[in-house]
Amino acid sequence: MTAKLTLGPLLFNWPAERWRDFYFEIADEAPLDMVYLGEVVCSKRLPFYAEYIPDVAERLAAAGKEVVFSSLALVMNNRELAGVSELAEQADSLVEANDLSAVSYLSGKPHIVGPYISTYNEGTASYFVERGAKRIVLPPELAGETIGELAKVDVELEVQVFGRLPLAISARCYHARSRNLHKDNCQFVCGEDLDGMKLSTVDGKDFLAVNGTQTLSHRYCNLAGELSTLLDLGVSHFRLSPQAIDMVAVASCFRAQLEGKLDAEDATTRLSDLVEGVPFADGFFHGQAGVDWTPAEV
Amino acid sequence: MNKSLTTKKLELVCPAGTPASLRAAVDAGADTVYLGFRDETNARNFPGLNFSRKELAEGVAYAHDHNAKVLVAINTFPEAGKPEPWHEAVHDAELCGADAVILADIGLLAHAAQNHPTLRRHLSVQASASNAEAIHFYVREFDVKRVVLPRVLTVEEIAALNKDIPVETEVFVFGGLCVMAEGRCSLSSYVTGQSPNMNGVCSPASHVRYEEVGDQLVSKLGDFTINSFGEKEAAGYPTLCKGRFSVEGSVSYLFEDPTSLNAITMLDALMKAGVTALKIEGRQRGRAYVSQVVSAFRQAVDAAARGEDLPDLDMSLLTEGGQETAGAYQKTWR
Repeated sequence: MTAKLTLGPLLFNWPAERWRDFYFEIADEAPLDMVYLGEVVCSKRLPFYAEYIPDVAERLAAAGKEVVFSSLALVMNNRELAGVSELAEQADSLVEANDLSAVSYLSGKPHIVGPYISTYNEGTASYFVERGAKRIVLPPELAGETIGELAKVDVELEVQVFGRLPLAISARCYHARSRNLHKDNCQFVCGEDLDGMKLSTVDGKDFLAVNGTQTLSHRYCNLAGELSTLLDLGVSHFRLSPQAIDMVAVASCFRAQLEGKLDAEDATTRLSDLVEGVPFADGFFHGQAGVDWTPAEV
Repeated sequence: MNKSLTTKKLELVCPAGTPASLRAAVDAGADTVYLGFRDETNARNFPGLNFSRKELAEGVAYAHDHNAKVLVAINTFPEAGKPEPWHEAVHDAELCGADAVILADIGLLAHAAQNHPTLRRHLSVQASASNAEAIHFYVREFDVKRVVLPRVLTVEEIAALNKDIPVETEVFVFGGLCVMAEGRCSLSSYVTGQSPNMNGVCSPASHVRYEEVGDQLVSKLGDFTINSFGEKEAAGYPTLCKGRFSVEGSVSYLFEDPTSLNAITMLDALMKAGVTALKIEGRQRGRAYVSQVVSAFRQAVDAAARGEDLPDLDMSLLTEGGQETAGAYQKTWR
């Protein structure tokens, strides 16, 4: 089994042209096997860049990267449901289901179960496999031990190894709330923070990143140090979650490591130079608080 | 086929953390009581709370003698490689005569549907089924009879949803308010390593500490300050999403104020929206609290069923810091 390097869906609200150009660069330059595209966080954002999706998908495919379309994580009305249904009916592309509505629509045909679906055990994983799941992207809070148990199920497993961890999704938009606005007239203020809006404790400690209705970790997940363990456990796909930094360089770093050209320590050193001072976290993998970072404590 | 939307009297579903609370809830007029076993199989896995098998059997007998039902919440996600405690919980709930189990995990729903086909299944709020297709999925695959709706929908959305689905819906009307979609939140485990989904706890007391810093009382969860109180402020419990944080130099309760849900003025609207049952949060609460809240809601539900105005009920002592919200039921909450 060859390890695959994937790029998860861009979670932030980037200007449409920047969105397009980011993926064009990824298509042309990044050593990735697979790229997930689509709006996972807020259905109001999609119309801004929807027109670029076909061109981007074509360019990625032409560059030899498999394209997967990701569905919305929190689906609350029939308009959003129609969007999920339309995505699921696409004949020739794989879809990542991020809500049970998508799992329902995709039942019986090959699909991917995304990280916003609660796959915590082999009973649930086996159930999804019987209904057509060929890959399961695991929720971020699972420990290595749990991943090992899930690997006994005959399905590809994907684990996020880089980027802010998605921790929660809400009906309420916190970006709008931070400006005393409501979600319905949000003025798309989430577009002002390309990497999420920093939320700190009252005593000034960086804590979380707000992305509209989504809350992420402030720290970037970094499992570069655990790639070989994850491979041994049976994980086949390694997900990088896009941030507003040089993602081509991040992908190159993980690719070099997977090819045995870079060891874990050097990989983390190189990543540290790319992340502009944002600290790393790997606690979930070790069964600890997700915010923990093991190498710092050694 | 869609269910008929003729409005009928709302069923009052009440929390019981102990046998004494169960009796108090039944005596105060609960139609139904929900509870959990004393282990990690339920989402209120707190010390000193919940039921042994023997207590459940006795509680079921008490409830049934008083024409009330008992639902057993087995609504955490089974640990990989160790499903036995969850399977045993479903088995024992049936054995003790529970009227239904409340489940969230798909593997556990499949197990229950296959091995306990006559045991009624409700879908927990932790399953986050927030739209018609997701609910259709759970009905089709596991024959769930009732869905507890996530606290993310407006009354209008609930009304629209009820027209599209063939099962009963239950909604939260009082108590602690999750502001994130339930069953999809890892904020607690990010800071403490313990989550509602895996451990049945959120912002656990084991990781809470209070420190005096100057003239401020600081509440911490793990290594993070969740709030800071001046001398004249009452210090609340540091539930992560109810904390005070700083964004771009401005300090606020960004996620949610230290408030609790109270939709008692919306019972008529919920009834007209086709809702079957109302749920009161608070299995961690004491007997006196349960008794007062259930009594108040009993009167309100009966008045709504008769088409009367809400009776004059003062429940301000029962809510955190006196602050209340109708939460997501009102669109402006978002």
